[in-house]
Amino acid sequence: MVMKARTISRHFRESFKSLIRNGWMTFASVSAVTVTLLLVGVFTALMLNMNKAATDIENDVEMNVYIEIEADEVSVSALEDQITDLSGVESVTYSSKEEELSSLIDSFGDEMALFEQNNPLRDKFIVKATDPRQTERLASQITTIENIAAVEYGEDKIDQLFETLEVSRNVGAVLIFGLLFTAMFLISNTIKITIVARRREIEIMKLVGASNWFVRFPFLLEGIWLGIIGAILPIAVVSVLYYNVYEFMEPRLENSFIQILEFTPFIYQINALILLMGVVIGMWGSFMSVRKFLKV
Amino acid sequence: MIQMKQVYKKYSNGIMAANGFDVNIQQGEFVYVVGPSGAGKTTFIKMMYREEKPTKGTILINDVDIATLKAKRVPYLRRNIGVVFQDFKLLNQLTVYENIAFALEVIEEHPKTIKKRAMEVLDLVGLKHKARMMPDELSGGEQQRISIARSIANQPKIMIADEPTGNLDPETSWEIMNLFEEINARGTTIIMATHNREIVNTIRHRVIAIENGLIVRDEQRGEYGYEG
Repeated sequence: MVMKARTISRHFRESFKSLIRNGWMTFASVSAVTVTLLLVGVFTALMLNMNKAATDIENDVEMNVYIEIEADEVSVSALEDQITDLSGVESVTYSSKEEELSSLIDSFGDEMALFEQNNPLRDKFIVKATDPRQTERLASQITTIENIAAVEYGEDKIDQLFETLEVSRNVGAVLIFGLLFTAMFLISNTIKITIVARRREIEIMKLVGASNWFVRFPFLLEGIWLGIIGAILPIAVVSVLYYNVYEFMEPRLENSFIQILEFTPFIYQINALILLMGVVIGMWGSFMSVRKFLKV
Repeated sequence: MIQMKQVYKKYSNGIMAANGFDVNIQQGEFVYVVGPSGAGKTTFIKMMYREEKPTKGTILINDVDIATLKAKRVPYLRRNIGVVFQDFKLLNQLTVYENIAFALEVIEEHPKTIKKRAMEVLDLVGLKHKARMMPDELSGGEQQRISIARSIANQPKIMIADEPTGNLDPETSWEIMNLFEEINARGTTIIMATHNREIVNTIRHRVIAIENGLIVRDEQRGEYGYEG
């Protein structure tokens, strides 16, 4: 579809005229898009950060593999090799009971020094899986190895976390979908009113031989404008909000293994997403309503 | 140049508006289409510019079968056909000149051509001096002349008119007919559906009579043939 410059400028003119002419409907659908994109924007920002947190947590899942007290040094190093050779193991770190105790003394104070005479702790390996979801499988494999006393990890906590994430992700998706649909419906209605008001014009255009694209184009543009105008406020709000949240959270999370997503490029990505969604629902909404009227 | 072969049209409500039209119209002919209301005249006419699509059969216009023409190509068919209606179909928010320019703009004519052609056709219908007026400031006859001017602005080979004098008083109707005669004399094929017995019987041309979706009479220099 090659379009002449003056045709394009005509389409732009027509689409702006129509926005102004249908002032109240324009306002209504822009408001709908604004509310939708605002919720979608805030929710998406939240979801993406939760995902990030989940990944951070997942990556930090470790197993404590306790070694039988009877095992001698030779078999300990053999054990280490054996665990390292298992598929899906990222790292194996040996930590003797003396090291364990000194780290306990470090964190809980000198009272712990009492145990130096009779150390109740056990030698262990700290094992990390390449894929944290494989932790459970690895744990059961390691348990069967000779000279391993026990394997411990926060099994319940991890499962729960995964489950919560899954549920909130699904609920969010349904919510976003519903909102997008509503906004699309409103845009489609606005365009429909425009079209009904200009039915005669379209009929004549069709009768004298205007191409379908020529008729359709101004309405598509009108839909896009509705989407873009509706995206302005959400972009501003999400940017300011995220800036403040980031300024607040970032120093507090400095020493934690969980990190909030960096302000840039994240803010550009989410704003581009909001704008894109505005354009798409605007275009789609108008496309839906023009289709019927083109059959003259 | 226009050829219908065994054309049938069944509407979705079950009405058969065409029961096998067979007709041949040569370039430059003037054809009246007559018959009682609801006999299929309008369907006959609408199928020629693809406002209606036949259920069966072929309609050739300049050797192109428009019965099977892709929707995408329909606009280009219509650029070769001027249409005129009983209710004029003018845009009341535009001036007389703009109404004609609009028809040329939407088929993406060059602005210079638009200006030239619009003034030419306004001159032809004798309303050049009213170019800046609004359609509702004009009489019915004048409005119809504007719509005729618009239909020929793109210099179509065929002109289709559906009851063009239906809303006009007898005197005005004759003026419109004179205009049609003039356009026809320049070589444009005219197909006109009408109920106006006086016109058909006075300005003699080929008459196609349609009843119950069938061509029941097709005569050169024919008569209206119905009472009233």
